[in-house]
This record gives sequence, C-alpha cells and structure tokens, in this order.
Amino acid sequence: MSGPPPVLDIMAGAPGDADYRRKPVIIQGITGKFGSRHARLMVEYGTNVAAGVTPGKGGQEFDGVPVYDTVGEAAAATGARISVVFVPARHFLAAAKEALEAGVKLLIAIPEHVPVRDTLEVLELAGRRGATVVGPNTPGIIVPGIIKAGIMPASPFKPGNVAVLSKSGTLLYEISNALTQAGFGQAVTIGIGGDPINGTRLTDAFEMVRGIPGLRGLVVVGEIGGDAEELLAERIIDSGFGAPVVAYVAGRAAPREKRMGHAGAIVMGDYGSAESKVSMFNKANVPVARRPAEVPVLLATKMEGGGGGAGPGPGSG
Amino acid sequence: MRRAVRLLEYQAKELFSEFGIPVPEGRTSRDAAQGRKDAEELGYPFVAKAQVPVGGRGKAGGVQKCSSAEEFELRYPEILGMSIKGERTRAVLLERVADVSKELYLSLFLNRSKRCYTVIASAEGGVEIESVRNRAVREVGSGEVGEGEARAVAAELGLDGAAAADFAGILGRLSELAVKKEAELAEINPLAVLADGSLLALDGKVMTDDNSNFRHPEMAKYREISELEERAERSGFSLVELDGNVAVVGNGAGLVMSTLDMLADSGGRAACFLDVGGGATAESVYEALTLIGGMGRVDGILVNLYGGIVRTTTVAEALVRAYGDGTVGVPVFARLKGAESDRAKEMLAGSKTGIYEDVEEAISAAVVGVRK
Repeated sequence: MSGPPPVLDIMAGAPGDADYRRKPVIIQGITGKFGSRHARLMVEYGTNVAAGVTPGKGGQEFDGVPVYDTVGEAAAATGARISVVFVPARHFLAAAKEALEAGVKLLIAIPEHVPVRDTLEVLELAGRRGATVVGPNTPGIIVPGIIKAGIMPASPFKPGNVAVLSKSGTLLYEISNALTQAGFGQAVTIGIGGDPINGTRLTDAFEMVRGIPGLRGLVVVGEIGGDAEELLAERIIDSGFGAPVVAYVAGRAAPREKRMGHAGAIVMGDYGSAESKVSMFNKANVPVARRPAEVPVLLATKMEGGGGGAGPGPGSG
Repeated sequence: MRRAVRLLEYQAKELFSEFGIPVPEGRTSRDAAQGRKDAEELGYPFVAKAQVPVGGRGKAGGVQKCSSAEEFELRYPEILGMSIKGERTRAVLLERVADVSKELYLSLFLNRSKRCYTVIASAEGGVEIESVRNRAVREVGSGEVGEGEARAVAAELGLDGAAAADFAGILGRLSELAVKKEAELAEINPLAVLADGSLLALDGKVMTDDNSNFRHPEMAKYREISELEERAERSGFSLVELDGNVAVVGNGAGLVMSTLDMLADSGGRAACFLDVGGGATAESVYEALTLIGGMGRVDGILVNLYGGIVRTTTVAEALVRAYGDGTVGVPVFARLKGAESDRAKEMLAGSKTGIYEDVEEAISAAVVGVRK
C-alpha cells in the first residue's frame, strides 16, 4: 500500500503539465442551491470548474459550465480527476461510488451528516481504486492563489509557506486569517472534516503536505474526539519532521459524552479528551495554543528557534 | 442537528434482549404509580436504577436496593427526582437482583483511526475500563464478529467450557447489534457470571450514529430529547445545554467549542453550546435567540460569528428584530467578523448589543457584564 499522494501534485500538477495550475474540477450537485453557490465562488477564485453533474440535467449549462448526467461522462469529456461533492448526505454513498468508479482520484466530500457506515463503504472502494477522499463534512482544500476546491471563504487565505490541517471549518478560517494577518501565508490548507471517520486522517494529510518544497511551518487545528491528534503527534516524532509545528485543540471545556456539534466531537471515557491530545503534542515538542489568536505567535517563536525541534528548516521535507 | 445519542440503560437492554443477550428481568416506569405496579409484579427485593444518559450513577446514589414497600416508597421519589451531572432522571428501572459470582467487561467501539470495530474485554468488570490493566483488545473489522474470533477473545480472558461458549455467543450477538443498529459503542459492564455459571448483562451502554437515524425508524422511540433540543434540531442547529449563565452562540462546531474554552478560561460559565451551522439566515439566528430566551437562567449571550458564509448583516438584522419584539432582554456580546461587519455595526449602533472585533474582548465584556 502506498501513502497518499502529495497534495500539490493533485491540486496544481507539475510545471510541465498542459493543465498546470488549471487542474479541471467536477462539481457533483452543481445545480443544487448549495452546489451552485459554491461552484460560482470557486470559478470566481480561479478554479477550473470544468464540468457539473446533476442526474437528469445533462446537456444543460450552468454559468457556461457543461452539466452531465453522470460523473463518467463528465470525467471523459474533461479529463477531470478531482470532484467536489455537494449532494445531500443520504445520497452521498451513491454519488461517491459513482465518482470513484468513474476514475476520480481526489473526492472532496462536503456533506455533513453522512452515516459512518456509508463513509466506511466509500473508503473501502477508494482504497481499491487508489483514490483519496477528503471529508465528509469538510470545507475542502485550498491552495491559495491557485485553486479552491471547497466551501471556504477566500478572504482568510493568502499564498505562502505554511500548511494548515484542520478538523473544523470556521476555526480553519479563523486561524488561517490570523496567520495571514501575521504574515504567514499558506502553501495549502486541508479541512479533514469533523466526522468520526475521515477519508483523509490527520496523519494522511501530514503525509500529503510534508514534502512541499519550501514549507516553513505546519499548523494543526484539532478538536476533542478520537485519537487523530495523538497519532499525528507520534508521526511527527517518528518522521523527524523538521519544520516548526504548532497546534490548537478545541473543546477543553466541553462536557464528556456529549456530541459538540460535529459528529466526531465527543469524548468517551478518556478516548478523545483534550488533555490526551495536548499531552501528546507536548511530547512531540509541538506547542499548543490556548486561543486561536495565539497560533501565529507560537509559530513565530518556534520559527525563531524557540522551543527546539525546528530542524533543518525550509525545503527539508 | 446532532445531540448525544447515548441510549438509556433500559433501552440498551431492550436491544440486548432483541439480539438474544440475556438481561435481568426488569420494569421501567416514569412515575410512582407505574413504579408501584412494577414493584408488585417484580416482587422484593430488587434494585431501583436511575435512567440517566451519563456515567457515575452508582456513586451519585442513583442505584438503590429495595427490600420492602417502605423502602420503595422512600427511594423511588428520591431517584426519580435526582439529577446526576446535570442530567435529570428520565425513568426508573426496577430490576431483579442477580446472584453474581464474577464480573466481566465487554465492549465494541468504532475505532476511528483503524476504521473498524475494536473489541475490549476483561475479566475485571464492573469498574471503568480505563482503570483496568488486564484487558484483551482486538480489532475485528467492520462486520460481525465470527465465532472463531469470539472464542479467541474468551480464551484470552481465561474462560473455558460453557462460560467460553456463552461469552463467544454474547460477543457475536453484541457485534450483530452494533452493525445492524449502526452503533458507535456497545458495552456490557458488568457482564456477570452467575453462581450457576450463566452470563447476564447487568448494565449496558449503546451509542448510535444519529446520522443513520433515517434508516432506523424503529429506534425513534428511544429518543430522549428536551423540547428545547427538539426546537434546535428543527432549525438545523446543534444545541448542548450546559449549567452556566452565558449562552454561547456561533457558526461552526469548532468555533463554538473554542469560544466555550476561552469563556471558561476567563472565569465565565456557559449556559449552552449553540452552533447555528453554516447555512444561517436572519430567521435562524432569530430562532436561536428565541431558543435562548426560553432557557431562563441566561444572563447574557455571547455571539461569535466568523463571516464569509453567514453574513454579519444578517445577524445584525436578527438582533435588531429580537430586541424590537422583546425576544431578547439580556445583553448580547457579539463578535462579528467577516463580510460587511462595518455595516452590521452601524445597524446595531445604539442598541444593547456590544459589538467587538475581537472575540477575547467580547468574552471579557460578557464575563464582566453578567456579574453586574
């Protein structure tokens, strides 16, 4: 089994590609209320929205984007290997299977409320087809200045050399904005989603970004529930990752055994507690901010060599 | 839309029975008259158990033995009127006392990073599993646990003969329950070995995936939802009621959690967690304020919105309307950032609402404001 591919290879491609920085994207559910709004915003950002899919609406156009009945037709016509899915949660399983069977290699699953069992089934298929699923319940991926595949607002993000990985949507915007204000633009930000089972786990997302040339820092925005942060902290230790890493963990004050909005944000016994995550990050020499606004401050300190762990630095991945 | 989906003990046990896992004979009531009938049918002695969706019930006095009608009359109202960790007793389960010789532990939970169920079993049951050192942990895939695997877990606990076969059978049925009902957790603790060697599930905990509710209409009868939570759900919000006096509202689960954390750090106490979601409109924010207005005990409302998806002017409109018609009387401390926040501020100028650029300022103001 090979690991997940570097995110910039999928999202932007290589300078020799005919579609370098113009990777075609399919929007599944492009004529729906939510899908249409965000398709427009993606086009506005400069994303190459090459095709939309809405069963029964094939042959139509949406703002000049051709609409197809199936992902198979859309992929064949455009060569797109990235699809952003906007269908209602209970139709996600069918839509995702259709995309993966049509050769989609990066499936960005926006819907919230997808049953875990459906996610598991999609991930099994994605594994067999060598595809990457991001989400469900994710804001998507943005490579600032190049491509926005998801529902994040454009304004918090600016091109730069820091990668941000987040379970939460609005906290991703909030913290990216704070980073941007402090002069830390982003090479890429990946929302992994707030569900219990994530197509791309924090450790997978780490593998997708760690080799980015010139990467100067990594910010991880976690929250209570599961053990993704703990496993990432272990991976950071084991991999000898050289660039500065700073984390934030939401949910310290949340009561146990209550789902805090996200399906995945629940502490059961000690499984998923903020204390456990913070203590593992500390072991990995990753400072954990108490407030979102503290993230850029800690990152700056870490970059200046404070707190150790900052190894060879830029481009060492 | 989402809330805790921990089934009450008696509900978990109904599911256990449905799947062929033995449970003690019991009766569940929600008032003393029914409780009395249950007691007569069951006969003394029995245990009366508070049905609450939280742990720590035994320590809080939520489980009491009743040996006579006098004891029942004394304890039943006490248990029914009890609140444990902020959760009121929903019902009282009266259950026949079992002759226990040994207590085991057995659970299946959805292992998120491994993307499968994990079985945890131990020969030391009846306590919190985190505190148990000798335990068998096994990843078992996302389907039902086969007999061979179940037998192997039994052997790891040192069980043999009839007990091993019984245990393996129960594990298989528990996994069938987890798969068919789409449970995130199915736990039997303790799983008692009785004096005659048979096994009995003395307590049960099941947490389901509420995103799969649409596939399980048969589970709807188990929903224990407050009127407030029901209204929140209808509006597409996530609401968790807490025991402080500052209502916390925001867009996005992570952002609202983060706001709760910072409020707690500043010495404030949250009355609720309310995530209005990404698709918020003037109507839904207004509905959120109405919900909070109906909570009582709220001395202030802390609003933290990161714009972009929710327009800040939309929120301002809702606030103006809520004050105008008396829905909100308490001060609002609102952090509005994002698209058109300058216009939003203009709209609210001169109202009771304080608008802050920075969430930490809004929190400080709220903590001071509600003390007045």
